[in-house]
Amino acid sequence: MLLWNLIKQDRGGQILLALLALAIIIVPILNGLPSDHPLHIPTYMVAVMGKYLTLALLALSVDLVWGYLGILTLGHGAFFALGGYVMGMYLMRQIGDRGVYGHPELPDFMVFLNWDSLPWYWQGLDQFWFAAILIVLVPGLLAFIFGALAFRSRVSGVYLSIITQALTFALMLAFFRNEMGFGGNNGLTDFKDLLGFNLQARETRVGLFIASAIALALGYLLCRSVTQSRLGKVCVAVRDAESRSRFMGYRVENVKLWVFTLSAMIAGVAGALYVPQVGIINPNEFSPLNSIEIVVWVAVGGRATLYGAVAGAIFINYAKTWFTTELPDVWLFALGAIFILVTVLMPKGIVGLLRRKEGNA
Amino acid sequence: MSQPSLLSEIKDKHHVFSFMQSQASPVLNVDKQILLYLEGLSVSFDGFKAINDLNLYIRDGELRCIIGPNGAGKTTMMDIITGKTKPDTGSAWFGQTINLLELDEPAIAQAGIGRKFQKPTVFESLSVYDNLVLAMPDERLVFSLLFARLKGEQRDRIDEVMTLIGLQDHSAMRAGSLSHGQKQWLEIGMLLMQKPRLLLVDEPVAGMTHQEMDRTAELLVSLSGSHSVVVVEHDMDFVRQLAGKERTVTVLHQGSVLAEGSMDQVQNNQKVIEVYLGESQ
Repeated sequence: MLLWNLIKQDRGGQILLALLALAIIIVPILNGLPSDHPLHIPTYMVAVMGKYLTLALLALSVDLVWGYLGILTLGHGAFFALGGYVMGMYLMRQIGDRGVYGHPELPDFMVFLNWDSLPWYWQGLDQFWFAAILIVLVPGLLAFIFGALAFRSRVSGVYLSIITQALTFALMLAFFRNEMGFGGNNGLTDFKDLLGFNLQARETRVGLFIASAIALALGYLLCRSVTQSRLGKVCVAVRDAESRSRFMGYRVENVKLWVFTLSAMIAGVAGALYVPQVGIINPNEFSPLNSIEIVVWVAVGGRATLYGAVAGAIFINYAKTWFTTELPDVWLFALGAIFILVTVLMPKGIVGLLRRKEGNA
Repeated sequence: MSQPSLLSEIKDKHHVFSFMQSQASPVLNVDKQILLYLEGLSVSFDGFKAINDLNLYIRDGELRCIIGPNGAGKTTMMDIITGKTKPDTGSAWFGQTINLLELDEPAIAQAGIGRKFQKPTVFESLSVYDNLVLAMPDERLVFSLLFARLKGEQRDRIDEVMTLIGLQDHSAMRAGSLSHGQKQWLEIGMLLMQKPRLLLVDEPVAGMTHQEMDRTAELLVSLSGSHSVVVVEHDMDFVRQLAGKERTVTVLHQGSVLAEGSMDQVQNNQKVIEVYLGESQ
């Protein structure tokens, strides 16, 4: 009942949730068909689609802070990557003595570096529940500390965007270092299993796809419940007239801080679901370009609609997959062209076009 | 907040961080019938003295008009009262107990000072109704905002204000698509929702028709008594209408009070005439 109220007047959200439910039912069935069947979806495609869904969840988290709160974050990839690294560490610990060097506890890269024991921050990560807590806690904590400093000193606009870029860039440089204990530039890979399920198995791939779809649906409902609450209205007020909302008695810095933290946590969950499906996490995920690309997804899909971010992320990433296999040299030009065309011709993104047709743009 | 003080805050184990402290300010006390005290205020920007030894007292329930040529420091004065600008010297008290210079903008707003800007600033992409909802003083904490629901009496209050400002037929309309005059009214409505003890109104009738000006004057006069109202205005007809025969008018010039008195006294004051008409002696 409560959930229905949330999306009652939200056509886009209804369509999105219906499509996700449909995908959860259809994809496993189509994947289970014999491989010569015309409707068969190969397992690698299931993993690719699962990856799109996690990127869509990431785009959702960016839309929450950019679309509704006006914080143009160019560092959200950092929170995504941190969630991914926590998951990667858990997966590394699951390898146990099946690594190349066969050490019962240490991941291969630590044996290679002649380390003799696990660093303190790797402790406890063989437990899934602990990893699951850290997946939201680590990005959330970083966002909280970052936000407390930035928003209290009233850094905003382009300056804030630059600092978020610096944040993710600094983390990338740090994670490239072998001494950090996160596998240096190779990152974490060669994962074997998750919760006892073999990651290469068809069933696990389908399971991860379903988990990603559910996470995206829940993430959507969570973001929607924030934007529909009075807090969401205050966010829009802050976006449109920050000082006015201050003179009205709202503590703008606290509003920004909590919503930004929530958004970072969602990004962390997205990263954690992304890693087992692509099989690797390395410092390139922190690259500033990645974070900028997320903003492009949201802009292409349509800002401040939530489902637009999902549409944009899936559209661009599908295009990316298509171009990089069919016309690899053209991809970056195509991405640039899409971005320019969307900004010039469709300032409200893909969903803006659809809405105009409905006549309530 | 500068870095060294933040560091010492962190080192002190008994320190309660400001974001953990409740924002309740001392209770407003107006035993002396004075709601706002501005004493010896000075502030300069790059050597230019925007406010120069300004003294101003606003009685509880008073309607005060403030006039003055451009650059007289009217807006800077409002910035100081609402916490946007900190003065170099002087003191600003709200009643006998609340030191405005120690508070920031949200805290001052919560203490009961509302401000209407010269340029109408409403939340353009929200509906008229939501603009009024946000102005209600009840919920300000992030988590209570997340679960805030409108109560019956709050709805009634919004409907009442919406009728008063003549926007009852536009409640679902985006505030950004209102006309200039309607935005002015909406902003006045938002101030009413905020229920401040002191209303600072910066040029309320800019862009209004004569009819609307009359209604605004009526509204502001009716508000005085239960609220103190400070109106900064250029339009002399409007000030005359507001001040009537007995209300006090203050003339600001070069950051300090040039003259104070009834409209007639002020208009016949030699110094005021010089400033306004630029006559040399």
